[in-house]
Amino acid sequence: MATELGSRAQPSASAGVRRERNGDGRADELAVDVRNVSRTFSDHRGKQVEALAGVSLRAARGELLAVVGPSGCGKTTLLELICGLQEPQSGSLACDRAVLMPQHDLLLPWLDALDNASLALRIAHVPRPEARARATELFAELGLGGFEHARPHELSGGMRQRVAFVRTLLSGKPLLCLDEPFGALDALTRAEMQDWLVRALAHEQRTVVLVTHDVEEAVLLADRVVVLSPRPGRVVEQLEVGLARPRRRTDSAVVALRERALDALALSRSAAA
Amino acid sequence: MSRLRAALAPLLLVLVLLGAWELYADLHSTSSFVLPAPHAVASALWDNAGFLAANLAKTAEEVALGLLLALALGFALAMLVHLSGPLRRAVYPLAVGSQAIPIAVIAPLLVFWWGFGVLPKLAVIVLICFFPVLVTTVDALGAIDRDQLKLLRTLDASRWQAFRFAELPAALPAALSGARIALAIGVIGAYIAESQTATSGIHAGLGHEINADLTALQTPRAYAAAVVLFALAIACFYALALAERTLAPWAQRSRGETP
Repeated sequence: MATELGSRAQPSASAGVRRERNGDGRADELAVDVRNVSRTFSDHRGKQVEALAGVSLRAARGELLAVVGPSGCGKTTLLELICGLQEPQSGSLACDRAVLMPQHDLLLPWLDALDNASLALRIAHVPRPEARARATELFAELGLGGFEHARPHELSGGMRQRVAFVRTLLSGKPLLCLDEPFGALDALTRAEMQDWLVRALAHEQRTVVLVTHDVEEAVLLADRVVVLSPRPGRVVEQLEVGLARPRRRTDSAVVALRERALDALALSRSAAA
Repeated sequence: MSRLRAALAPLLLVLVLLGAWELYADLHSTSSFVLPAPHAVASALWDNAGFLAANLAKTAEEVALGLLLALALGFALAMLVHLSGPLRRAVYPLAVGSQAIPIAVIAPLLVFWWGFGVLPKLAVIVLICFFPVLVTTVDALGAIDRDQLKLLRTLDASRWQAFRFAELPAALPAALSGARIALAIGVIGAYIAESQTATSGIHAGLGHEINADLTALQTPRAYAAAVVLFALAIACFYALALAERTLAPWAQRSRGETP
């Protein structure tokens, strides 16, 4: 074990499942079970800001759950709660071990693509050659072949997100928390990345919580879409998508679901105003 | 060709400055005790080349070792300050205060402890030079993206691993930048060190040599020694820039080219 120099980076429980931190039990097939969770924090002026107000949501194992909402609705707070980076002030929360993929790729500029992608393995004390070999396999599978030795600055925004996603996969954790993974990309690249993500996840048994402000992205990718209201975030709508993949953004069913989600968002907004 | 053209501007500037100096010294017929003309300095440089080189070796050793030690001390202190809040509150004010200590006050003590060798000089240079390294490194460590640390936590990195994989490499270029700032005061620090702490032996370093020549009204040779110090500072600056390019090539891209 590595030496612990402080309490900031205590790993969460090493068992397969992080049991609920407070509150009652939960069904075992759930990867995410968030019940009536609220979170308030003080802003830089010391004013109390309510980020989440009584949010409940669940995700079954293997499900891709999209959480959409306007900026500042506490989506990131929700992901950090699920990842164990924050604790709720009330309510209960039980989740599988989760890994975060932040909006910005946060690749380390002094490492090449393989070393960046295999960071979690190195942290788990896998020797570097073996870690790189495992990353190389995934690179080949996911269309990143030829970019193994590229430094982050040599990669396009889309390629950097792909490397960041491989880094997320190689953490080996059953629950992936993606925080606006394509939010910083241009529209064309984003569409390309959405297709790529569907293919990349096709062979994975992982649960995904995808946070986005792009309703169309949510409907294209997710099994289920949860709509949050503006701050403080509350769940205002849950939509079962239930369409076969790959989906096209022009499919009438996709368009209809997108409109329903947008209506729910507009309604919650006018209620908040 | 482009390298030649790049060298042209600084060369021209030096020639213009030298010309102005020469004209001023000749037209005002200032005594060479007060301001020797460039040609007098040049001939002093030529005539005393061996003597100056021997003293340069001494001073260059002090500056190089002193800077390395200052880099190590500044970096180590920055780590401690970064990792521990109480240490930050305890060490930072002392570090700031240490920069106000007149060297003359502690010089006798340093000589009492370490004698007439290189050690007291190193102590003075380190005292003067560690501070910029400390400040730039602490700032760089504090500027690391909070999201980066969150990401590392969800990858199950321990505090030590977050430090090793993210914070340490991120702080390295800043420490080297700090060393480049330190260098500018490090050479004058060597002069102060040699002035304040006595040295045994024939060649006691350029600073010692300058003081002796000024007292003996050998002003042209003192100027020649100052020119050598000038060149030493420039050489060290480029050596550090080269070290930064080699050790932290990624930092160059975000900051642009160094001169």
